[in-house]
Amino acid sequence: MDFLLVQFLTGLANASALFLIASGLTVIFGVTRVVNFAHGSFYMLGAYLAWTIVRALWDWGGREPWLFVLGLLLAALAVGAIGALVEILLLRRIYRAPELFQLLATFGAVLIVQDITLALWGPEDLPLPRPRWLRAFIEVAGERFPLYDLILIFVGPVVLGLLWLLFQRTRFGILVRAATQDREMVAALGVDQRALFTGVFFLGSALAGLGGAIVLPSQNANLQMDLAIIAEAFVVVVVGGMGSVPGAFLASLLIAEVQAFGIVLVPKATLVLVFLVMAAVLMVRPYGLLGRPQAHARAPTGSVAPVIRAAPFVLKVVGASALALAAAAPLYAGPYGLTVLIELVVFVLFAASLHLLMGPGGVVSFGHAAYFGLGAYGAALGVRFLAVPMEVGLVLAPLLAGLFGVVFGWFVVRLSGVYLAMLTLAFAQIVWAAAFQWVELTGGDNGILGVWPSPWARDKALFLWLALALCIGATVLLRRAIYAPFGYGLRAARDSELRAEAVGLNAAQLRLVAFVIAAASAGIAGGVYAYAKGSVFPTYISIPKSVDALLMVLLGGVQTVSGPIVGAVAFHGLFLTLLQWVEWWRAALGLAIVALVLAFPEGVAGFVQRRWEARFGAAS
Amino acid sequence: MSSHAPILEARGLVKRFGGVIAVDHVSLVVHAGEMLALIGPNGAGKSTCFNLLNGQLRPDAGEILLEGRSLAGLPPRAIWRLGVGRTFQITATFASMTVRENVQVALLSHHRRVWRFWRAARETFVAEADGLIAQVGMREQADRPCGVLAYGDLKRVELAIALANDPKLLLMDEPTAGMAPAERLGLMELTRHLVRERGVACLFTEHDMDVVFGHADRILVMNRGRLIAEGNAAAVRANPAVREVYLGSGATSGGH
Ligand SMILES: Nc1ncnc2c1ncn2[C@@H]1O[C@H](COP(=O)(O)OP(=O)(O)OP(=O)(O)O)[C@@H](O)[C@H]1O
Ligand SMILES: [Mg+2]
Repeated sequence: MDFLLVQFLTGLANASALFLIASGLTVIFGVTRVVNFAHGSFYMLGAYLAWTIVRALWDWGGREPWLFVLGLLLAALAVGAIGALVEILLLRRIYRAPELFQLLATFGAVLIVQDITLALWGPEDLPLPRPRWLRAFIEVAGERFPLYDLILIFVGPVVLGLLWLLFQRTRFGILVRAATQDREMVAALGVDQRALFTGVFFLGSALAGLGGAIVLPSQNANLQMDLAIIAEAFVVVVVGGMGSVPGAFLASLLIAEVQAFGIVLVPKATLVLVFLVMAAVLMVRPYGLLGRPQAHARAPTGSVAPVIRAAPFVLKVVGASALALAAAAPLYAGPYGLTVLIELVVFVLFAASLHLLMGPGGVVSFGHAAYFGLGAYGAALGVRFLAVPMEVGLVLAPLLAGLFGVVFGWFVVRLSGVYLAMLTLAFAQIVWAAAFQWVELTGGDNGILGVWPSPWARDKALFLWLALALCIGATVLLRRAIYAPFGYGLRAARDSELRAEAVGLNAAQLRLVAFVIAAASAGIAGGVYAYAKGSVFPTYISIPKSVDALLMVLLGGVQTVSGPIVGAVAFHGLFLTLLQWVEWWRAALGLAIVALVLAFPEGVAGFVQRRWEARFGAAS
Repeated sequence: MSSHAPILEARGLVKRFGGVIAVDHVSLVVHAGEMLALIGPNGAGKSTCFNLLNGQLRPDAGEILLEGRSLAGLPPRAIWRLGVGRTFQITATFASMTVRENVQVALLSHHRRVWRFWRAARETFVAEADGLIAQVGMREQADRPCGVLAYGDLKRVELAIALANDPKLLLMDEPTAGMAPAERLGLMELTRHLVRERGVACLFTEHDMDVVFGHADRILVMNRGRLIAEGNAAAVRANPAVREVYLGSGATSGGH
């Protein structure tokens, strides 16, 4: 009983930090409609800045509690200023861009901040020295409970109260509320949107920074904080209802308690539990606990999708030549070249499978890496527990991925917009968590090694041909499906669900089948990748991997069928070049992403297609 | 008016939205080969009636029979399969597809050929699609994407789509909105011709009284969810309750 009480109090303490970061995220989303991946970076910066500022203050005036509090507040303000700067430099230019491009741009910011943090503070975890008063305990029902955690419990409600005052009593707050409910209305009233948006970013980032700062005494500042927290913050925001601060408060309590008790009940599956709670809430309340339906859901990738035409003859020639060139690679390329080519071929299928969902399907999956990873683990688990040969492993890969595609897809196709995207992210995190935490099955962080091809395919050239046959073959099938009646039905359901249903099409069913096909195809890619590398790791399922897939599709252009192919090649080329030649490759990649979003909001292939059609007319 | 069997029969339909009773005990019958107009001022409940009839909305009370078969609980796609074609007040077409592809999709669905993954869809049912497109006068625009069409042309595409399943019943919500007057009469002429020739039952609404009085065999007048008058053009024109609604205090709408 007493133990339960302590666990409950721990949950409350954790809820405060979670609420700080989630409230900032939800306010930013409510007003600007930007899903801000960089919010986790602000949280991380809050911790690092607090580490520096508090220590400087302590060096100057002794390790006093009030200097500690002052340091936290200064860190929060500094992060707020950084957030405002990011808004002015980057986001301001892309408010009109499609949602996904905004999201990618903020992910670019994540990468840049990661490298800047690394450069400034180094790779080591940074603990804050803990003076006696920070280590104090109190007795709660006979158990020791950290005094600092007890104080934290009150931080959340106090901040909620302050935000409430801000939103009720100040002009800024009233504008924020008005803009959250109806952005166009506020614009029409002649409010200075620029100042409002910058102000909101300052507020939201400062809250995230404060969240990062207050956890510093119990968790060291480290470089994994950003992506670790962002998934949780998304969960809280979505469970609470996007744009709702009280919703974020309730949800942070719910999620933190689920975590606190989950550690006791199912220590290996806390993360799974959290995401299951989110999925359950979304099934019952598709707009979160206190959220409201979004006034007008924009098309995820821009307004009207263009007509899909058969590829012009030139493009077919280019494609066939590229394929022939790839198949002939063993004649002119060394082992490294072949390895790169195999990876490239895998990523082409990975991107093409996501494209089926995003383009014709209109279903934006944030967690496509889950199916890539499930394919890889399907093969690897077969090898580890059943000692199956590669031929069987490559069948298990799409089977496992497709099976999860059926289960997850059944939920996903019932939602839309940001909620749908967040649910796909949540499902991916469930899979990642299982791969990471369920060590007996998956080997956890160490992964599964020894996933080698059958003897006949050990030769790099033969394996390349196998990869070409499987991955390019599947990509070609996906393309055909897009041009076939199924693809038209899928696009019909995306263009106008109302009309599609009124001509006898079952939109949800079409989307579900597309989801399963995409999952199984990604599974094939994952399976081939596993055998190419000889090993699988949880990173195959991580958020950056899902973002890679999004980048490839968006880089190529969602609304062109060749887009994902071009995108995969361009992205992987860019990535490898940076990795090889640039020390700060993350920052460089982030800058490249930001530059690309600013330069080609319709993707590279979309850009080329438009230029082409302007020049030579539309082929039809 | 018509001696044919009733295609559609609705009895005592009721639909509430919160406190508003949008449709209040509406009963109607449409026969094969008949053009039945449902008119009324803005907000009278006409579109809501259509949405009840094609399964877009569930009625709170009442029943709907298509050739004697109850449609209770069926979704729009099932009702379409039973032979009900529909056009929307606010056009709903597939913006990323050409006019021909829009009709092809409807035909693919009608012939149950959607779950095909290999052959290119553009090569299917071309002649049939072109026939329907020519019928509604869109031959020149068959290769243009619906995303760029004028509103009146979208209405034509909707009609071609609605005809793709060889319907027994056509539900047309303001089929000529956005068209020039001459075009309106042309399209209604065409509809009446199809209705007569194929024995289709047609229920339509219009705000343009020339269209209504010129093409309807029978007219139902609705106001605030209730039917207030029924009859041919002359009878409805002379009806004092109708004059009250259209010309009296609440003259919110007439032809526009
Ligand atoms: N989905 C809905 N939710 C709430 N109220 C609705 C909904 N649809 C219609 N209504 C209300 O029901 C009433 C009837 O609307 P309906 O669209 O059927 O009128 P209408 O006769 O088609 O008008 P119009 O000539 O303007 O098209 C109106 O008061 C409208 O506001
Ligand atoms: Mg209407």
